[in-house]
Amino acid sequence: MGANIEETIRYLGYGRHQADEQTLELVRSCWEELEGAAVKRSCFREYPLRCLDGGKLDLGCFRASSRDLSKNLRDCQAVILFAATLGVQADSLIRKYTRLQMSRAVVLQAAAAAMLEDYCDQVNGEIRQEYGKKGLYLRPRFSPGYGDFSLECQPALLGALEAAKRIGITLTDAFLMAPSKSVTAVIGVSHVERACAIKGCEACPKRDCVYRRVSL
Amino acid sequence: MGAGIMEEIRKRKVFFDGGMGSLLQAKGLKAGELPETWNLLRPEIIKEIHRDYLEAGCDILTTNTFGANRLKYPAGGAFSLEDMINTAVANAKEAAESAGRGFVALDLGPTGKLLKPLGDLDFDDAVEIYKEVAEAGSRAGADLVLVETMSDGYEAKAAVLAAKETCSLPVFATVTFDQNGKLLTGGNVESTVALLEGLGVDALGINCGLGPVQMKKILEELLRYVSVPVIVNPNAGLPRNQNGQTVYDIDADQFAAVMEDMADMGANVLGGCCGTTPGHIRKLVGRCRDKVQTLPEKKNRTVISSYTHGVAIGRDPVIIGERINPTGKSRFKQALRDHNMEYILQEGVTQQDHGAHVLDVNVGLPEIDEPRMMEEVVKELQSVIDLPLQIDTSDINAMERAMRVYNGKPLINSVNGKEESMRAVFPLVKRYGGVVVALTLDEGGIPETAEGRIRIARKIYATAALYGIGKEDILIDGLCLTVSSDSKGALTTLETLRKVRDELGGKTILGVSNISFGLPRRELINGAFFTMAMASGLNAAIINPNSQVMMQAYYTFRALADLDGQCGDYIRIYGGRPPAGGLGPGSWGSGGRRGQAESGRPSSQGEMSLGDCICRGLKERAHEAVGALLGERGALDIINGEMIPALDVVGKGFEQGTVFLPQLLMSAEAAKAAFEVIKDRMAQSGESREKKGIIILATVKGDIHDIGKNIVKVLLENYSYQVVDLGKDVAPGVIVDEAIERRAPLVGLSALMTTTVPSMEETIARLRERAPWVKVMVGGAVLTEDYAKTIGADCYCRDAMASVNYAESVMARHERGAEADEMGV
Repeated sequence: MGANIEETIRYLGYGRHQADEQTLELVRSCWEELEGAAVKRSCFREYPLRCLDGGKLDLGCFRASSRDLSKNLRDCQAVILFAATLGVQADSLIRKYTRLQMSRAVVLQAAAAAMLEDYCDQVNGEIRQEYGKKGLYLRPRFSPGYGDFSLECQPALLGALEAAKRIGITLTDAFLMAPSKSVTAVIGVSHVERACAIKGCEACPKRDCVYRRVSL
Repeated sequence: MGAGIMEEIRKRKVFFDGGMGSLLQAKGLKAGELPETWNLLRPEIIKEIHRDYLEAGCDILTTNTFGANRLKYPAGGAFSLEDMINTAVANAKEAAESAGRGFVALDLGPTGKLLKPLGDLDFDDAVEIYKEVAEAGSRAGADLVLVETMSDGYEAKAAVLAAKETCSLPVFATVTFDQNGKLLTGGNVESTVALLEGLGVDALGINCGLGPVQMKKILEELLRYVSVPVIVNPNAGLPRNQNGQTVYDIDADQFAAVMEDMADMGANVLGGCCGTTPGHIRKLVGRCRDKVQTLPEKKNRTVISSYTHGVAIGRDPVIIGERINPTGKSRFKQALRDHNMEYILQEGVTQQDHGAHVLDVNVGLPEIDEPRMMEEVVKELQSVIDLPLQIDTSDINAMERAMRVYNGKPLINSVNGKEESMRAVFPLVKRYGGVVVALTLDEGGIPETAEGRIRIARKIYATAALYGIGKEDILIDGLCLTVSSDSKGALTTLETLRKVRDELGGKTILGVSNISFGLPRRELINGAFFTMAMASGLNAAIINPNSQVMMQAYYTFRALADLDGQCGDYIRIYGGRPPAGGLGPGSWGSGGRRGQAESGRPSSQGEMSLGDCICRGLKERAHEAVGALLGERGALDIINGEMIPALDVVGKGFEQGTVFLPQLLMSAEAAKAAFEVIKDRMAQSGESREKKGIIILATVKGDIHDIGKNIVKVLLENYSYQVVDLGKDVAPGVIVDEAIERRAPLVGLSALMTTTVPSMEETIARLRERAPWVKVMVGGAVLTEDYAKTIGADCYCRDAMASVNYAESVMARHERGAEADEMGV
């Protein structure tokens, strides 16, 4: 997995603009430093899924009420709970420059977001292959906080994964994940293949967002 | 039975039980159901599991209290924490009584939260959480305390301290490493052993995370460092998902076979963790019961640690950076008075970039609250720099506060041969762990001869031993007096070094720079004396690592003394490679750290104006350009004629969407570097630049994101506002008090998450009530113009430039108001 310069530039809010050489150099150097520091870890577990009425879902280890997630999980008989993190080391690096060199801190912040996304895609790709061998299809990742899927599901989701013990993801009192460069998600498992038109950034209803992915 | 378990361990291999969670699941514990509740709801099942383990041959039962703490079982909840712990201990005791054998270990697992600065749990709160459990469990009759599955050394320290401060039971601690021998929070085997042995645990080891096969390698390393009995409690193998079930990659026979290898290697206490059952334990006991028990030898290593690594002090000299010290530095003193932590952090980072292994931390100033300041500085440094620290203070309260919150095993500076000093310092070293610098002076002053100083060193060793502190945890400081007043001063010091090494078999440290006091070109004397001292066996030197002469002495000595294999370090540093960058200006000999050279610096271009340097964000060039300009123009002229216009250009570009955040900040940093040069010049000439008024910034309670706030701060400071940065996760009351105390006209609040906006709203409401003159600007990812209005803010700032613009308008009005006041209007 190489440095994802384009995505980092997008997270920095450049939209369609080109970054100047000075900024690109900074982005490259931040990626290099981050790659040396980040400790990537992930874990997942499969649970049976029951869809109840009115957007309610029984995910085997907890219940959730979310129409958006229900839509995402249509035709699924099981879910994979998934979590991934760049570890406290990525946070520490960002924290250091937040005190000492802000330009580097904001670029590291963007680079870490891009790195985490790429890492999730990579691990999900591996899981997808493994399930594919059994004739099963995976839906796109759906994380607490997307649409009406409440952040309040985080304790149950992380608890079911034993994520604190296994990969070190904890929650603060305000339900934020620590380390902050962490992702949790629900991934639907189905016998039915479904072409997924939109996912990730494009699936978000906030169309005026400066970070929105621009198709070129 | 408390002493009993240690006696058993001295005599024979001792066995822990195995997993609890997977057995409970097999008996019907549902996913998401908390296992500790079964102590009360299904005690017969818990007792049955304990009995099965005893029958399988284990000696120590672990209570079902892994997650029993007030965070998971809060007061007023469905279960009383105290009842739960009492019953858990009673269940295990009952099983032991009916079997006629078995010790009961009170289990303390992780809190499930990350400690500050990584998360939001305060160290002191973590200690309190564990104390509550330790108190109930020891009262209920546990025989020992087991701190386990710790993947953060700092949390392990909180738990061990809590246990030691509440009861006198033996304390065992086991941590969870990954395959590379690292804790989740970064500590390694050496730093973990240093930390836990420093805290005085009775036995330590590894559990969970890995199977026995992967643990062998970790055990091998552990055995190189450890001096107390070693515990090994692996999982039943590496887990894998099979049809939604967790299965392990080896069976009970394979498990027991590898455990037998580890018993032979030197593990003293063996058992299992996740996925292991009475079947695993039976086979393990069967294979290992009759093996001869050999306890680890005492290693006598002198080692300190940070939260990531240990630093061994031995033949290869250790560099302790002396720059974090206000003595004789007016800017440092001012930074302390202003709580300007960035200045102090920068001093630390620069020394690290120049090759320091340890940082001395001295914050003594007559007019400040030293214990509070010391605690704050230690925490701040440890949130940014991973080097071990030397806590340097004569204030015993400051020393204790710092040792308590320090994440690792610190170096302490200092104790001396006076009764009073030893009585105060040694109990702290015993309690928190540490290596202590011992000055060879006592009630009679500093002896003139090496023999006299050795006599004091012997006395210090003997007294330390009475407190249970070994010679390896003491560094003798033979003291050096300036050679300008005593021409034999250096020779006496060198002789003392040799005698400590040869006659006492001890380790030494020196504050090298004292030797040249009162002489011209002090570095010349310091460098030569440093080389002589190392040749006389000096183990650790307190020096200025930013001094080329000192570091040259260090690297050349190591090359000449067979401490630098194939002169590798020497060639790397002086071999003609262009100097690596770093955060500090003008780095050289940076000990191999990756450089962060100024990006895009045009080497072939000619002169660039200061304004251009700022617009293009070229920090080092701005630094140079302003130096040249200062010869021609006045400081204020440069600021107003060159710098502010450049910042305005960049700011406008940002607002118009042609300049982006990284560029905006690089420009701000270039301007800041230029301001630093101007500030020094103005201080010399007595000129001053008007400050534009106070702005308080904070990220609100519950929110731990401070990037947005810090961006705003960097810009506001360049526009010469006095920014008081209260940090992140700041309670409303703190912000209000600060606004009142400083009569601040403007407060800026930041929040990233919807969940923390209510706390922003509360802060604004309380400001309105108690500081009605204050204008409030808010910003952060979730806020909008409307949202900001709803919660009562005066201004929503969509980005950092917007906050500068708003500040300019508020402050202009504020100043007009102040003038009107003065004129009696």
